[in-house]
Amino acid sequence: MAIHQSKIARNIWLGIENLLLHKLRSFLTMLGVVFGVGSVVAMLAVGEGASKEALTRIQKLGSNNIIINSVKSIDQEGQSTQQSYMSIYGLTYLDHERIRSNFPNVQQVAPAKLIRKESKVGSNTLELRIVGTTNEWFDLVPRQVLAGRVFDKKDVENFSAAVVLTEFGARRLLANKNSIGQPIKIGGDSFEVIGIVKNEQGMAGNIQIPDQQVDAYVPLSTIKKYFGDIFFKRSSGTITFELVELHQVIVQVDDIQYVESTAAGIERMLQNFHKKNDYVMSVPLALLKEAEATKRRFNIVLGSIASISLLVGGIGIMNIMLASVTERTREIGIRRAIGAKRSQIISQFLIETVVLSTLGGIVGLAMGITIPLIITFFAKMPTVITAKSILFPLFISVGIGIVFGLYPAINAARVDPIIALRHE
Amino acid sequence: MDIVRFKNIRKIYEMGAEPVHALDGVDIGFAKGSFWAIMGPSGSGKSTMMNILGCLDRPTSGQYFLQEKDVSTLADDELSDIRLKYIGFIFQSFNLIPQLTVQKNIELPLYYLGWDAERSAARAKELAAKVGLETRLNHRPSELSGGQMQRVAVARSLAVDPQLILADEPTGNLDSKTGEQIMELLTELNKEGTSIIMVTHEPDIAAHAHHRLHMKDGKVERIDSN
Ligand SMILES: Nc1ncnc2c1ncn2[C@@H]1O[C@H](COP(=O)(O)OP(=O)(O)O)[C@@H](O)[C@H]1O
Ligand SMILES: [Mg+2]
Repeated sequence: MAIHQSKIARNIWLGIENLLLHKLRSFLTMLGVVFGVGSVVAMLAVGEGASKEALTRIQKLGSNNIIINSVKSIDQEGQSTQQSYMSIYGLTYLDHERIRSNFPNVQQVAPAKLIRKESKVGSNTLELRIVGTTNEWFDLVPRQVLAGRVFDKKDVENFSAAVVLTEFGARRLLANKNSIGQPIKIGGDSFEVIGIVKNEQGMAGNIQIPDQQVDAYVPLSTIKKYFGDIFFKRSSGTITFELVELHQVIVQVDDIQYVESTAAGIERMLQNFHKKNDYVMSVPLALLKEAEATKRRFNIVLGSIASISLLVGGIGIMNIMLASVTERTREIGIRRAIGAKRSQIISQFLIETVVLSTLGGIVGLAMGITIPLIITFFAKMPTVITAKSILFPLFISVGIGIVFGLYPAINAARVDPIIALRHE
Repeated sequence: MDIVRFKNIRKIYEMGAEPVHALDGVDIGFAKGSFWAIMGPSGSGKSTMMNILGCLDRPTSGQYFLQEKDVSTLADDELSDIRLKYIGFIFQSFNLIPQLTVQKNIELPLYYLGWDAERSAARAKELAAKVGLETRLNHRPSELSGGQMQRVAVARSLAVDPQLILADEPTGNLDSKTGEQIMELLTELNKEGTSIIMVTHEPDIAAHAHHRLHMKDGKVERIDSN
C-alpha cells in the first residue's frame, strides 16, 4: 500500500515534469478547462449571491406571512369622481375578524390602519405614517427593540395613547434615547413615546416591506377613537373623502406548508364579501418559490454553457494528449521493452491528463473566485462562494481528465514496442 | 544449462501475397554465462530472433524456453514481467528517454519493479560509477556523446541485475574507438556471469563473443566458436 501510494505520487510528479517540458503548450491546453471552471465558479457565486439576497429580503416579509393591502380599484375611482365625494373601499374590521376566527391554520393576524399625520416634539416636526395596529404586529414584523418596549394587549384594550417610534423617527424628533416617556404631539393629540424599534424598508421582490422609516406604531383602538375611519384627501383642488377601515392585514400561518392553501381560502372568503377588487394579496412564499425557480433556470442555462465550455476544454486536452502519445511513441516503446505493463502505461498517461485538467481546474478556480470579488467591488452585487461551488468544479476537472485522458492513454498502451523501437 | 533455448521456432509474416518466413525452424540453445554474436545479411532474421528472445514478440510456432520454462504462449503482462526481471536490452540507437536525466533513465526499470526512490537512486549511482558516468547523473541524454549514451543504456540494462543481456548492434552508431570501449564493458559483464546475446555485422565486434551464429534466410547457417 505504501509502495502504491508513493507510486501515484511519483506518477503525479512525473506528469508535472512532462507538462513543464512544454510550458506554453500545457498552459494553452489548460485554458479550456480554466475558462470552463472559472465561469462555473463565478456564475455559481453570482447566482448564489442573488438568491441569498432574495431570500433574506423575503425573510424580512416573513415566509409564513400573507400580506393583504387595501387598494382603490379602477372602477371605484371613476365612481367617486362622478357620483360622490366619498369613496369607500378596502379591508374591513369584519374581514380581520373573519380571517382570525375562520381559518384553522391562521396563527396570528395583525391589522393596520395607516394615517399620515404631522407630529411635533418641541420645535422638531416630522410627517409620520401612523400605523394603528395591535400587539400582533410586533410578532409578524419582528424588529429589534432599541429602547423601551413595544405595546401589548393591555395597551390595545385600554386605548393607551402610547406610540412606538422607529430609530429614524426618534432621531428626528427626540433629543436622545432617554426620551422614552416623553410626550409627542400627533395631529392635535398628545401621545407618550414608550419605545423605539429598528426598521426595514423598500421592496422585497415586488412586495412592499410592511414597515417604513417614518412609521409610528399606535394601538388600533386608540387610533380609531382619536381619528375615526373617514379621512379627507385634497387632490387637484377638490376634496374627496375616503372611508377605509383597514389599510393592511398581515396574516401569519402556523406552518409553511399551509401558506398557499390558507391564502387561497382567504381569497375565496374575501371575494364573497367584496363586490369590488379593492384589495391585493401578496404571498412572500410564492416570491421565494419564484426566486428558487429562477435560480433553477439560471443553473440550467449556466450548467449548459459550462458543460459546453468544459466539453471543449476536455476535447482540447484529449487532442493534445493524442498528439503527445504519437510524439512519445518511442518513449512508450522503451518503457514497454524495459518491462512496463500496458496498465502502467495507461496510468502514466491518465495521471498526466488528470494533472493537466486538475491544474486547469485550480487556475480556473482562482479565476472564478477573483471575478466575483471584482463584481462585488465594482457592481455592488452580492456574491457568495460556497464549499460546494469550489469542490464541484474541482471534482469536474478531475473527471474531465479521466474521461478525456482515457482514450489517449489506451492508445498509448496499444503501442507495439517492436514497431516503436524499429525506426531510427 | 541453457539460459534460453529455441525449439523449431518459426515466425511467419503474412503481409503481401506471399508469407515471409522470418524465422524458418530454428533450433538452438544458448548456454548460461555464454557470450554470443548473431551475424548475417540484412533480412536474414536477426532482429526477429532478438524480438522473440526478448519476449517482445511471440513465435508463430515452436517453443521458446527461458531458464527451462516455456514462455512462447504467455500473456502480455507475463511477458512484461519476464522482460522486467530477467532481460536487459541495449539498442543500436541507445533508446534513452530524452526528458529524463541519466539517473532517472538508469532507475527506470527499478521504478517498474516497485523500488522506492531512495534505494533506486543509490543503485543508479552505483551503476553510473560502474560505467564511468558518476559525474553525469543530472545530465540529459542530449548533453552526452554517443558513447556516453550507450554506457547509460548499459547501466540501465543492468539495473535489475538481469540473467540475460540482449544487444542489437550496440556499436552500430559508434565510432570504432568508443565501440571498442562498449565491448570491453560487455566483456567485463559477461565475465561477471551475465549471459549476452548480441547482433552485429562487424567481424571485429563479433570477435569479442565466444560463439558466432550465422543466419541466412531465417535459418541457422553455421556456428563458429573461439
Ligand atoms: N513486422 C514485419 N512484417 C512483415 N515482415 C517483416 C516484419 N518484420 C520483419 N519482416 C521480414 O522478416 C524478414 C526478417 O527480418 P529481420 O528479422 O528484421 O532481419 P534482419 O534483422 O536480419 O535484417 C525480412 O524479410 C523482413 O522484411
Ligand atoms: Mg535488423
